[in-house]
Amino acid sequence: MPMDEVALDHGHDSHDHKPGFFARWFFSTNHKDIGTLYLIFSLIAGIVGYSLSGLIRWELAEPGIGPMLWIQTTFFGLEGDAAVAAAKHFYNVVITYHGLVMIFFMVMPALIGGFGNWFVPLMIGAPDMAFPRMNNISFWLTAAAFVLAILSMVVPGGSAGNGFGGGWTLYPPLSGSTGHPGPSMDLLILSLHTAGIASILGAINFIVTILNMRAPGMTLHKMPLFAWGMLITAVLLLLALPVLAGALTMLLTDRNFGSQFFVPAGGGDPVMFQHLFWFFGHPEVYIMILPAFGIVSHIVSTFSKKPIFGYLGMAYAMVSIGVIGFVVWAHHMYTVGMNVDLKAYFVAATMVIAVPTGIKIFSWIATMWGGSIEFKLPMLWAIGFIFLFTVGGVTGVVLANAGVDHTLHDTYYVVAHFHYVLSLGAVFGLFAGWYYWFEKMFGIKYNSFLGGLHFWLMFIGSNVLFFPQHFLGLQGMPRRYIDYADGFATWHHWSSIGYAITLVATLIFFVSLAVAFIQRRKATVDAHGHGNPWGEGATTLEWTLPSPPPFHQYNELPVVTNKGGH
Amino acid sequence: MLAAPAFAAEPVDGAINMQPAATRIAERVHEFHNVLLVIITAITLLVLALLIWIVVRYNQKANKVSRKFSHNTTIEIVWTVVPALILVGIAGLSFPNLFYQNVTPNLGQIVATSKQLLAEGKSAEHQAFTKNYFPDAAEEGFVNVKIQGNQWNWTYTYPDIVDETGEPVEFVSNGIHKGRASDPTDGLRLLSTDYPMVVPANRYIRFYTAAADVIHSWAVPAFAIKVDAIPGRLNEGWFLVREPGVYYGQCSELCGVDHAYMPIEVRVVPQAQFDAWAELMKAGDFDGAAASVSQIASAETETKFASN
Repeated sequence: MPMDEVALDHGHDSHDHKPGFFARWFFSTNHKDIGTLYLIFSLIAGIVGYSLSGLIRWELAEPGIGPMLWIQTTFFGLEGDAAVAAAKHFYNVVITYHGLVMIFFMVMPALIGGFGNWFVPLMIGAPDMAFPRMNNISFWLTAAAFVLAILSMVVPGGSAGNGFGGGWTLYPPLSGSTGHPGPSMDLLILSLHTAGIASILGAINFIVTILNMRAPGMTLHKMPLFAWGMLITAVLLLLALPVLAGALTMLLTDRNFGSQFFVPAGGGDPVMFQHLFWFFGHPEVYIMILPAFGIVSHIVSTFSKKPIFGYLGMAYAMVSIGVIGFVVWAHHMYTVGMNVDLKAYFVAATMVIAVPTGIKIFSWIATMWGGSIEFKLPMLWAIGFIFLFTVGGVTGVVLANAGVDHTLHDTYYVVAHFHYVLSLGAVFGLFAGWYYWFEKMFGIKYNSFLGGLHFWLMFIGSNVLFFPQHFLGLQGMPRRYIDYADGFATWHHWSSIGYAITLVATLIFFVSLAVAFIQRRKATVDAHGHGNPWGEGATTLEWTLPSPPPFHQYNELPVVTNKGGH
Repeated sequence: MLAAPAFAAEPVDGAINMQPAATRIAERVHEFHNVLLVIITAITLLVLALLIWIVVRYNQKANKVSRKFSHNTTIEIVWTVVPALILVGIAGLSFPNLFYQNVTPNLGQIVATSKQLLAEGKSAEHQAFTKNYFPDAAEEGFVNVKIQGNQWNWTYTYPDIVDETGEPVEFVSNGIHKGRASDPTDGLRLLSTDYPMVVPANRYIRFYTAAADVIHSWAVPAFAIKVDAIPGRLNEGWFLVREPGVYYGQCSELCGVDHAYMPIEVRVVPQAQFDAWAELMKAGDFDGAAASVSQIASAETETKFASN
C-alpha cells in the first residue's frame, strides 16, 4: 500500500504495558497474542494430523495389513481375526481424523486465526480487531473443539473399536446409529459444532473489522489483497458453516431422537446429507485457499519489487471464486445417481471457476515479469505454491467433467488432486506466510540455511508423495483402502518414500524453529527505523512498524494517501 | 481360475494410465481423457516455462531495476478469454460423452435407426452409428441385473432368469480374501470372488444398484462405470462388453470395516456359456455354475489386449 504520508506510532514503548503471563495468554484480547495462540495451536494440531498421515503412508508402503495390525496386537493385546477387524477400523479412524484435524484444526486456524488475526489489523491500519473479547472466545472454542475431536477418537465408535471411521465427509448411514452406534460420532458432531461456532464468530469479527476499521483513506479498492482474501473467506464461512451446522444437527437428532432426515425407512434420504455437506464443503476448500492467495500476492510483489499486477482483477477474481464456489457443490457427488441434466449443469459451473483461477496464476506471473527478483525463502515457497497449485488446478478441470469423473471419483486421482491444491497449495502458502512474517511476528530472524533445506526437501518430498497417486487413481485404486491389489504396489511404495522425505523436511522445520529461538538474531531495522527486512518491495503497513510490533499499535491512525499502486 | 481368460482387466503394477477399455463407454472416456491430458500438460508446462524464464531473466542479478507496470488491459483480456474458450471446447467434448454413458439407450430406437440407415443406403452413417450403438445386441433386448451392496459383499439378482418356482437367480458374491491369516493363497488378492457376476458378451446389460445398510459404490474401471449403491434408492446404469473376459473392480464408497474387501468380479462370457451358467444357477448348483465360467469360452484367443 502507498504510505508515503503515513503517520505512525513510534517510540512509545514505555506505554507498552503487557499483562502478566496468565492474563496475557489465557484471557487475551490482543489480536497479535491471539494470532500467536492460533499459530501455536495449529502447530500442535498439525503434528497430530501429520502423524496420522504418517500412519497411513506407513501402512500403505507395502501390500497387506502391516503396521495397523502390529499396533492392535502390540498395544491393545488383540489377536487373530479380532485384531484384523480392529486394524481395519483403526485405519478408517486414522484417515477420518487426518482429514478433520488438518482442515479444521491446522489449515483454518493457521491461515485465518493465525495470520488473519495478526495481519488483517496491521495491514488495514487498525489498532485491533473489532471485537477483541469475541476473538478470545473464538480461539478457546476452537481449542475446546479440538479436545472434543481427540476425545471422540478414544471412545467407542463402531462395533470394531473406538473412534469414528466413516471419513471426514461423515456420510450417513455410516455415520448414523446403525453404522457407528457409539458416542464417538456424537462427540465429533459436538466438536464440529463448536469449531463451527468459533469460525462463525471469527468470521463476523473479520467482516466487521475490515468493513469498519480501515485506516483513513484506505478504500476497499486500496485494501491489501490479504485483507481481501480474508474478507471473502469470512463471508464464505458465515454463509457455509450454518449449513454444515444444520446437517450436523439433523444427523444428531437422527442418531439420538428418532428423527428420520437421512433414514430411507422413515422417508428420509442419505443423499440429502451429501447435498448439505458439500454446500458447506465446497466453499470450505476456498476458505482454505483464499487467505493463501492473498499471502502469495504480497510475497510475489515484495520480492519482485513491483506492484501487484492487475490488483482489481486479482481482488474480483477472488470474489468470483467465492461466489461460484457456492453453486458447484454437487461435482463431489456425480456418482450418486443425479439426473444427467443436473450433472451437465454442475460440469459447466465447475469449469467456470478455472477462469478466475487462471487470472490469478497469470497475474502472479505478470507481477514477477520485469521484476528484479530476490529469491529469498518466502519467495521460494510462493513460487512453489504457484506451480503446485497449477498442477492441482488442472486435474480439477479433468475431474469437473462428470463423464471422466465416473471413472476417477473416489480414486487416488482425487486424493492427488486435492492434496496438490491443499497439502501443496494451502500448506505452501502457509509456510510462505510463516517465513515472510516470521521476523515481523517474533522479532527474530529465521535460519535461512535450514529454511532452504526445509523448502527443497518439502518440495521434492511432497511431489514424490502425491504425483504417483495420479497414476494409482487412473489405474483404478479406490480411496480409503487399508490394503490394495498387488498391481498398485509400486506407486504406493514411492508415495510412502515421498512421505519419508517430507518427514525429514518437517523435522528440519522444527529444528530451524528451535535454532531461531535459541540464536535470537535481532530483527532488521531499516534506514527509516522500520522493521522491514525486505526493502522497497514491502509496501504494506505492517512493515512500517517495529518487529515485533508494539503491544498496541497505531495509537495515531495511519493515513493512506492517494498515491501509487497496491 | 484354470486358465488365463481371453481378456482381463486388472490393475497392472507400475502402470501410469487407465486400465484397457472394455466398453464403448470406456473407449470414449479414454479418448476424451487423452485430449484433456494434452491440454492440462500443455498448460502446466506453459506455467512452468514462464516461471523458469522469470527465474532466469528477472532475477536480481540479471535485472537490476524492476519495471513498475501493473496493468495491461490487452493481456488481461487475453488470459480471461483464451482459457474460457479452451473450457468451452472441453465442454463440447464433455457433454456428448456424459450423455452417452449416463442415458440408458432406447433399444427399439437403435434397431429402427439402424434399419432406416441401411434402407436408405447410408453405409457411412451406419458405420458411424454402430460405433456407439449395437443394433444386433439391441434386437436381443436388455439383460437386467440388480446389484445390491451389503456390508461387505454384493448380491446379484437376475430378475428375468427365474427357476420353476418363479424365483429369480440370486446369489451373494464375497471376496475370497479378507486380510486374515486364513486367506486362500490363490486368486487375485483383493480382487477375486467366490461367485462372480456373470453376463453375456455383446449384449446390452442394464443394471440397478441398491444397498441394504450403508452406501456402497459399484465400480469396474475397465467399463468406466461407477454407480453408488444407496439405501432407499435405485440407481440405473448400462454397459455392453464386446470381448469375453474377466474384469475386476472394487467398492468405491467407504462402507465400514471391510470396505477394501468386497471386490467386484465380472465374468463376461459368450451367450451359450451364459445360458449354460444360468441353467446351473436355476438348478441351484452355484458351485457348478461358478466352475462353468472359470474358463471363458472364447473363439478368439487373440484379442487386442493380448497384443498390448
